[in-house]
Amino acid sequence: MSTCPQYIVDYMHEYLDGDISREHEQQLKKHLQDCSDCQQHMHQLSDTIAFVKSAAHITAPPNFEEQVMKRLPKPKQRLGVQKWLRRHPIIVAAAVFLFFMSATLLNNYPNDEFSVTKQPNLVVDGQTVIVPEGEVVKGDIVVKNGDLVIEGEVDGNVTVINGQYMASTAVVTGQIEEIDETFEWLWYEMKRMANDFMALFE
Amino acid sequence: MDALLNKRIKQVLKGDQNAFTDVVTLYQHKLYQLCYRMLGNKQEAEDIAQEAFVRAYINLHSYDQKRKFSTWLYRIATNLCIDRIRKKKPDYYLDAEVPGTDGLDMYSHIAATDQLPEDAVEQMDLQDRIQYEISRLPDKYRSVIVLKYIEELSLQEISEILDMPLGTVKTRIHRGREALRKQLNNL
Ligand SMILES: [Zn+2]
Repeated sequence: MSTCPQYIVDYMHEYLDGDISREHEQQLKKHLQDCSDCQQHMHQLSDTIAFVKSAAHITAPPNFEEQVMKRLPKPKQRLGVQKWLRRHPIIVAAAVFLFFMSATLLNNYPNDEFSVTKQPNLVVDGQTVIVPEGEVVKGDIVVKNGDLVIEGEVDGNVTVINGQYMASTAVVTGQIEEIDETFEWLWYEMKRMANDFMALFE
Repeated sequence: MDALLNKRIKQVLKGDQNAFTDVVTLYQHKLYQLCYRMLGNKQEAEDIAQEAFVRAYINLHSYDQKRKFSTWLYRIATNLCIDRIRKKKPDYYLDAEVPGTDGLDMYSHIAATDQLPEDAVEQMDLQDRIQYEISRLPDKYRSVIVLKYIEELSLQEISEILDMPLGTVKTRIHRGREALRKQLNNL
C-alpha cells in the first residue's frame, strides 16, 4: 500500500463525504479493482463509520428542563406598562381621570432634583442612597434622580426614578421598580394616585 | 417548529422567562447527547448541557434571528465541552508537538496514554466500546466526528458551529476517520 499514491486515500474521503467528482470517482474505482490493500483500507473506513453510527440514541435525564429553568437568572421585577394596563383596566380608567384632574401631578412633574423617602437608617452620600449592611429599613423607599445601593435589607417596596438600583445580596421583601423615562414615570404617578383612589373605597 | 421557536424566542426577549421552557424541550436531547459523547460522563454532560442553555438564555439578544438557532446553540455547547476537556488536562500545552514523535502533538500523546489493556476492551459491549473509542479521539477530531456521525449535521453546519472554514472541517473529518480506523484495527 505504501506504493499507492496519497491521492487515492484523499479520493476515498471525498467519496465518503459525498462530494467526489466523476473523474476522481472513476480513478478511485479503477484503482480499487486492482489493489487489495486500498480495498481493505476503504472497507475499514466504511466499517468505522458504521461503527460510530451504531451509537445508541442518548436522551437527557427526565428532570433536565426543570433543572435548566432553575439555573436561569431571576428576571428583574419590572412591571411593563402594557402588562400593567391589561391587568388593571379599572385602575387605569380611574388614573386617566385623575391624570387630567390632578394639579398635584403637574407639581410633581420630574425635575433634576434629588430626593429620597425619609427613613431613619438610610445613609445619603451625595446623590447615592445607601441601605447599610446589617440595617433593616421598614417601609418603602423611593429615590428620584439618584442611585440606590442596598447592602442591608428592605422590608417594603423599592422604586428608583432616573437612577440606578444596585444590590448584590440584597433582601427586598416588596417589589423593585426602576423608572427611567418620563413616560413611565407618569404611569408610575398615576398608578400611585389610582392606588390611593381605590384605597378610598376599601 | 421554526415558527413556534421564533415565537418563543421573541417572548423570551420580551421578558417572558417561561417561554424558554419550550426552547429547552426542543433541544435538550440533542445538546445532552452532544455533551455526553464529547465528555463521556453523565454528570458532566448534564452540567455542561444545562450551562449551554443558561448561556443561550443570557445571550439570546445577541442571536441573529436570520440564522439557524440550532447552529448557534450547538456552537455554545461545543465550545463549553472543548473548554471542559482542556481544563481537565491543564498540565499540557495541547497543540505542542511531542519531541521525537514525527509530528504527533500532545493530543495524540494523551490519547495513547488513555488506552486500556486489550482484553478489557474486547470484553466491552458495543455501546461502551463506541464511547470508549470516541473518547480516545483527540478533541479536535472528536468534535467533528460527533457532530457529523452522531448528530448527523452537514459539513456546512459543522463549519458554522466550529467557526472554521469548510476545508478545515473536511480535513479534520478525514483525519478523524483515519484515527478511528487505526484505533479499531490496532494499526
Ligand atoms: Zn492501492
